[in-house]
Amino acid sequence: MEAAASTEAPGGTTRAPDAPRPGSARPVLALRDVQKAFGPVQILFDIDIELIPGEVHALIGENGAGKSTAMKIMSGYYEASGGTVELDGAPVTFTHSREAEKRGVTIIHQEFNLAPALSIRENIFLGHELKRGWLLDHKTMQARTQELLDRLETPLDPRTRTADIAVPEKQMVEIAKALSREARVLIMDEPTAALTTRETEVLFRQIERLRAQGTAILYTSHKLDEVAKIADRVTVMRDGRIVRTALRGEMNEDQMAEAMVGRELTDMFPAKRPAASAEAALEVSGFSLEGVVKDVSFRLGRGEILGFAGLVGSGRTELMEGLIGLRDATGSLRINGAETHIRNPEQAMDAGLVYLPEDRKEHGLILTLDMRRNLTLLVLKKFTRVLIDRKAEEAALDKAIEEFDIRAPSRDVLVGNMSGGNQQKVLLAKIMLAEPQIVIIDEPTRGIDVGTKQQFYTFIHRLAEAGHSVIVISSEMTEVIGLCDRVLVMRRGRIAGEVTGADVNEDVIVRLAMGLAVKGNENG
Amino acid sequence: MADTTSTGAKAGFKLDVQALGPILALIVLMVIGTALNPDFLAAQNITNVLSRSAFIGIIAVGMTFVITAGGFDLSVGSMTAFIAGLMIMLMNALIPALGTSWWVIVIGMVAGLAIGGVLGAINGLLITRLNIEAFIVTLGSMVIFRSLVTFLADGGTLSLNFALGSLYEPVYYGGLFGIRWPIIIFILVAVLGEIAMRHTAYGRHCTAIGSNEQVARYSAVHVKRVRTMTFTVLGVLVGVASVLYVPRLGSASNSTGTLWELQTIASVIIGGTLLSGGFGRVWGTVVGVLILSLIDNILNLTDLVSPYLNGAIQGVIIILAVVLQRARKSSR
Repeated sequence: MEAAASTEAPGGTTRAPDAPRPGSARPVLALRDVQKAFGPVQILFDIDIELIPGEVHALIGENGAGKSTAMKIMSGYYEASGGTVELDGAPVTFTHSREAEKRGVTIIHQEFNLAPALSIRENIFLGHELKRGWLLDHKTMQARTQELLDRLETPLDPRTRTADIAVPEKQMVEIAKALSREARVLIMDEPTAALTTRETEVLFRQIERLRAQGTAILYTSHKLDEVAKIADRVTVMRDGRIVRTALRGEMNEDQMAEAMVGRELTDMFPAKRPAASAEAALEVSGFSLEGVVKDVSFRLGRGEILGFAGLVGSGRTELMEGLIGLRDATGSLRINGAETHIRNPEQAMDAGLVYLPEDRKEHGLILTLDMRRNLTLLVLKKFTRVLIDRKAEEAALDKAIEEFDIRAPSRDVLVGNMSGGNQQKVLLAKIMLAEPQIVIIDEPTRGIDVGTKQQFYTFIHRLAEAGHSVIVISSEMTEVIGLCDRVLVMRRGRIAGEVTGADVNEDVIVRLAMGLAVKGNENG
Repeated sequence: MADTTSTGAKAGFKLDVQALGPILALIVLMVIGTALNPDFLAAQNITNVLSRSAFIGIIAVGMTFVITAGGFDLSVGSMTAFIAGLMIMLMNALIPALGTSWWVIVIGMVAGLAIGGVLGAINGLLITRLNIEAFIVTLGSMVIFRSLVTFLADGGTLSLNFALGSLYEPVYYGGLFGIRWPIIIFILVAVLGEIAMRHTAYGRHCTAIGSNEQVARYSAVHVKRVRTMTFTVLGVLVGVASVLYVPRLGSASNSTGTLWELQTIASVIIGGTLLSGGFGRVWGTVVGVLILSLIDNILNLTDLVSPYLNGAIQGVIIILAVVLQRARKSSR
């Protein structure tokens, strides 16, 4: 039945032996009781999702809820650790995304998979080039690409290099690429994150067209208004589980947000510290980074743990990188009341300001070196007269292992061979060697297990108790809420709001981060 | 953790066994050399081999840092020719004013080092400030230097004033306690290089940058400054090699230092430094230099294989060294 589908694309209504009874729509693709674990860390629990032809299914949840993992299992990038993936009612195991694609399951990634040096046309047909004999059939590919771009109302020349087009246009090319594959199942991971309103409308028209043609669509977005508008069915995930599935109209935006969030805080966190002293350790005003951060002002008290919440891409990381001089920025920065100019991380460190980067493998640690050389890299000066004092380095490592409870099979193990949690401890020990006054910690517990997370919260508390002023950026709402007495929420490069005391709860933060009205003054 | 400290010594020892490869190769070569020709171990032969390899060796120590920090320099051979040419012209020009004196030679030597530093710094600045690939920049400067020396020599040879040349000669042929100056300086540079690589912040920073430039940047390492420095130091060391080279022949021409860049890079790689950066071993580079020059010497001393095949054998060894490196890396 696959063979005939090549010219008459998404027809598929006549299915041979066990055709679906009219009315009861049978899913093309389904996850049944799917589990997924990476090593000892289980990410997905008992996931059941059905994608039905002609239906737009929205999958929503906070960062880290497991949406992307679920989508990657559907599209053959990951294999499930338990449960089954069913295609047309029969269990399948996609060993490769290419295989899933061949069977009609196409995914559009959040990160673009375009080869920048190739043209739009070449990208769209990459790996599926049309040929005439031995040679490429440029003419047909050109015409087909033009037709796809026209359908998407994207006025681009198919011969343009993808390196030369803007981000929303890249998103459109990704969509065109998926359309060209004539997918029966189309999985879209936050397709509108990079699109303007007009482009989003064009995309929605395409989605509606595909829906009418019987394509099953899975759609994720943080924009709940979009979800309410386009989705026929909404599934909410939280902490790797499905918490609710509802049909169109059964759940409004507020209920969606509540379902995403509604989680009890356990005693993961130490008791909150009393409000910080009035003395300001850091005052930032009118801070801007071109294109990513606009006019941000805030103040950090001595001994305070200040939270920064917001969606991925809201500009939090960029703001911090601007503060420590890794990015060009404008605006003023005062440390202990004194105007300070910071042009590079060394000056930041000398001013008492250090940053623990979000991406520990790419920005934090050198995976091919041992713990000692990673630990002292930031403050190597302190360990050097003419030569590096190896003994002092070893002593510092001893102290770090003790203080941060670092567990490694041996002292000389390469950091790349350590667990994520222990890597993160080495990284924290590394920046603390600089004896900073102000510590910025970006995503303190990304990808580490629950036990170590709890340890980290204790560490962060200890830092504040010892008089350090701490900024915690986290996309995990619970973390910000459990740790911080005051939280700034960023949205689209600006501070969308500040919440303190009893107002520090997920509902308020999520609403601010997503640009929804805060409860109490909603509909207003 | 109880086992945190106990395995330290063992792991260190294991690494050393892996590092022995180049040394074993060197010993095998020496055994073969002695077996084929008893003159091989004669003092005269060893002295000749070592002083000729000193040029490549001195430059290769600098190259080890450049490669460790993730860079690459193709221009060292023609830079030697260019510096030597400029030194000769300068010294000849100074004779009318200063006579045939040591002053002229000292000025020439200082100029050689300074020019080397400047040329190296230019390479480094072009690479780091304009963000051009090291391969491209040094390919360009390699051709430029070679062309300039040909131009200065008007297509022929630049010769040092004969009397001055005789005065300068002991810098190559003379020495201390029977060890020639080039050998002494090579040893000095190698020892300093080894210490710098293993025990100074500079060496550590080179390793960090070559391993992961981003992490280095986030760790307050001045990435551009350090990388520029590696090229500048390499330039100064090319200057040192030129200062020692000029008294050997008393001339420079278009063919001076041909293929030195390849021999230098080959020595570094044979010595175990990763071409992709992030790991450098200065003593390994010294062993690499010795391996390449011994092969050359053995082929010259025996008629087992034509010396014309020298290049082919060196090529095989270079490829073999990288294959072994790769095998080691993937076993990690």
